Amino acid sequence: MARVVVDVMLKPEILDPQGQAVQRALPRLGFDGISDVRQGKRFELEVDGPLDEAALARIHDLAESFLANTVIEDFTVRVEEAAEVAEAAK
Amino acid sequence: MTARIGVVTFPGSLDDRDTQRAIRVAGAEPVALWHKDKDLKQVDAVVLCGGFSYGDYLRAGAIARFSPVMDTLIDQAKTGLPVLGICNGFQILTEAHLLPGGMLGNDHLHFICRDQKLRVENADTAWTSDYTAGQEISIPLKNMDGRYVADRRTLDELEAEGRVAFRYVDVNPNGSLNDIAGVTNAAGNVVGLMPHPEHAVEPLIGTGRTDGLPFFTSILKKLVNA
Repeated sequence: MARVVVDVMLKPEILDPQGQAVQRALPRLGFDGISDVRQGKRFELEVDGPLDEAALARIHDLAESFLANTVIEDFTVRVEEAAEVAEAAK
Repeated sequence: MTARIGVVTFPGSLDDRDTQRAIRVAGAEPVALWHKDKDLKQVDAVVLCGGFSYGDYLRAGAIARFSPVMDTLIDQAKTGLPVLGICNGFQILTEAHLLPGGMLGNDHLHFICRDQKLRVENADTAWTSDYTAGQEISIPLKNMDGRYVADRRTLDELEAEGRVAFRYVDVNPNGSLNDIAGVTNAAGNVVGLMPHPEHAVEPLIGTGRTDGLPFFTSILKKLVNA
């Protein structure tokens, strides 16, 4: 089984008030020196069967048509290596 | 024979009954449509109503857009079926790319519920012909995700082609770009807006006026005279 991670972020030119609210809270928590925060979404897809080019292409289509709205958001698709997954599970 | 106007109910729709009532008050016949049915029951027009279809999970309107009923609706809207999207319905229409741009959370991060003044900028669409261009109306606004956004090129195109159908007046309640409250497609058959005309069709309720009624009389006249 393989894990594919899709990260979705608002396009850079679009205002992100949630990220701004987080950023404004930072000095109160004693975190200085962070000038900007943008908040996005991360999807972890557990894929059955071999993760070949065709499977990745299908996931790319899924991300483009459903997980992200490309009118307002950008996305990236990457395969998480087995070692990474095992490390995260510890 | 009067016009038959469909109202789609999705899981999480809230305003389907009010919308049906507004259609009846205008003199047309409302027809209940179900999200799982591909069949539009041969209606003459469709309203996608307000609410929180599928809990607004993922993005407002993102999951409803893939309902069986939307397959048929998207095809027919592209060939001229009049469709009005109110609030969540507007969000569904942008997710379906029947209307340009997208909807995001209000810039102040709060739910909003108020009477809202709008200017009707385009009185030539299927849903606005009973208004006059420049007319100011007041109807309820109630939403979390009402901020209209689009890239600069799209905004310029909408402005140049007169496709900003409604604009907020006095106050921009959610950070929408160019004060946009609603837009139309190029053909004028698909219109979407965030505020709720269906809640302002009788003097007893809503804003105490009937400023929303012309949406429904506009489409009725168009269909009956067709």
